[in-house]
Amino acid sequence: MSKEEPLVKIRGLRFQRGARVIFDGVDMDIARGSVTAVMGPSGTGKTTLLKLIGGQLRPSAGSIEFNGQRVHELGHNQLFELRKQMGMLFQSGALLTDLSVFDNVAYPLREHTHLPASMIRKLVLLKLEAVGLRGARELMPAELSGGMARRVALARAIALDPMMVMYDEPFTGQDPISMAVLVKLIHDLNEASRPTSVIVSHDVAETASIAGQIYVISEGKVVAKGTPEAIAASSSEWVQQFMNGLPDGPARFHYPARALAEDLLGGRHA
Amino acid sequence: MQIRSVEITVGAFMAAGIVALFFLALQVSNLSSLGNGDGFKITARFDNIGGLKVKAPVNMAGVRVGRVSDIRFDGQSYEALVTMTIERQYNTIPDDTFAKIYTAGLLGEQYIGLEAGGSSDYLSEGSELAMTQSALVLEEIIGQFLFNKAGEGVKPEGETP
Amino acid sequence: MLDQLARLGRSGLDYLASVGRAHLLLLRILQGLSDMLPRPRLLIQQLFSVGVLSVMIIVVSGLFVGMVLGLQGHYVLSKFGAAETLGVMVAASLVRELGPVVTALLFAGRAGSALTAEIGLMKATEQLSGLEMMAVDPIKRVLTPRFFAGFIAMPLLAALFSAIGVVGGHLVGVGLLGVDSGAYWSQMQATIDLHEDIFNGVIKSLVFGFTCTWIALYQGYDSLPTSAGVSRATTRTVVHSALAVLGLDFILTALMFGE
Repeated sequence: MSKEEPLVKIRGLRFQRGARVIFDGVDMDIARGSVTAVMGPSGTGKTTLLKLIGGQLRPSAGSIEFNGQRVHELGHNQLFELRKQMGMLFQSGALLTDLSVFDNVAYPLREHTHLPASMIRKLVLLKLEAVGLRGARELMPAELSGGMARRVALARAIALDPMMVMYDEPFTGQDPISMAVLVKLIHDLNEASRPTSVIVSHDVAETASIAGQIYVISEGKVVAKGTPEAIAASSSEWVQQFMNGLPDGPARFHYPARALAEDLLGGRHA
Repeated sequence: MQIRSVEITVGAFMAAGIVALFFLALQVSNLSSLGNGDGFKITARFDNIGGLKVKAPVNMAGVRVGRVSDIRFDGQSYEALVTMTIERQYNTIPDDTFAKIYTAGLLGEQYIGLEAGGSSDYLSEGSELAMTQSALVLEEIIGQFLFNKAGEGVKPEGETP
Repeated sequence: MLDQLARLGRSGLDYLASVGRAHLLLLRILQGLSDMLPRPRLLIQQLFSVGVLSVMIIVVSGLFVGMVLGLQGHYVLSKFGAAETLGVMVAASLVRELGPVVTALLFAGRAGSALTAEIGLMKATEQLSGLEMMAVDPIKRVLTPRFFAGFIAMPLLAALFSAIGVVGGHLVGVGLLGVDSGAYWSQMQATIDLHEDIFNGVIKSLVFGFTCTWIALYQGYDSLPTSAGVSRATTRTVVHSALAVLGLDFILTALMFGE
């Protein structure tokens, strides 16, 4: 890990939605030029974390710094300036459905640069080539498979060569081949241009294979952090259950309920 | 190509909408018939205008020649000062024309009727009609009628003693 | 008892909060105008989907409403021997009331619901979030052009509706029932006033266009990003728009024509 100041510094983060506390005192550092993974069971607010870093949500307490700027204290315009340095790959791809693949990737370039059309075309084709979809540039998002849509979204996320790319569940719901393709793409991208990457995922094996640093969060707290090896060797029973995908352990298989016999016999109150 | 056809249909839509607005303004409303202030103004004083309203027609021989454009109360003479806009083409109305307030039908709207005089000078911008007759107010007519009736009944008795 | 009072209070607060959000959204939409003007293509695209695609339903409805007014008006007026004033009746009802109001109701059903569903789905599929993370303000880029398209399209659609309706009334009154064509037009022209009737009708449809588009965009933007949420928002758009149009129509009519 590099010794320089981390790109993203989260301190004492607390976030709640209504009465529900989603994060309670989370500290996290995301080192420059590395791949940091945030893992945890579904519903622990991993996507919320990315939205907090991107400034789409504001924390109830604590601070989030990106490249020395406190994200949650920025004004509207400064925040939009900051976001030009971030790319985000949404779980659904979030492609604009009324634009073709080419126009989707060209969109951030057209919005934020004053490059001539021929230059934009070259850049877009290069980005599409990088994700292997140069031939699909005329297709509309509705004509793409889920894996292809995610690759187009990746090309769009890196169109402006951001300092940091955030991946929201990049592997969820993919068949093994497209999953392997995405793992390779993210890996190659980091080898080639070394942006800082944050991957939010619960696909243990794939994530561990590309991440340099892993944070495991559960119930609003960081329960483990370290390299994939260190996490795998963790002594925590819960982390072991999560990393190895065991059905029962500290996280119960059953949703809290009365005893089965009581429920079956006294069904009246249900 | 696709963008172009969108632009063309949007252009056609805007044009159709504007044509529709013009149709409403020219064919449906009185824009064409009242040339919007395109005429000359004359005034007349009435003791009582009854229910006359702004925009009431001004007729001559039953043909509309203008509209009432303003009604004011003159605090000095205690009369109503009515301004009428007469269409420009009717520029040969004698200046001793007689203005009278009529009611269309028994309970209809009130309008001004002009009856041509015999002068050889014509009305023009700013002319004032000297001869006017007020509106017939129903209560006054009934009142007068009752008064006359009463008078007829009382007179013989008053003369006898 | 206290529970019910609390529930009432909560729903009142929720309502106030949503009114507040709607106004903030409107403010941000209007602020997007300066951002939209250099990109007229965005507006043209929306004028197409909001305006052009609504023309068919407006023209057909306008024609039939005009024809029905011709029939019914003739039935009543001929009893008083005033069939020549049919044109006045048809045109006055269309220009003053039916044109703006029926157009707004059709617009809410045709274009407003589509706007809500589109924005709601863009929200549900994270497209709005995606724009935001691309450092593009989705309100300025997505909502503002749609708002102004609705605002511009409504008076044009209402004018089309009224004009076609007057022609429809002429078709039935003159063509079918034998009212004199000259009387139809001249009586109409003598009575319908440019300011009093036509301008006021245009003002009404501008107000309705503003309101209906605002409601549609707010409902879409504020919808829950689920299929049930979007469908509920779409329903709310139609219901709220219809109520707002009828309520505003009463107020505007009272202000304009009431003495």
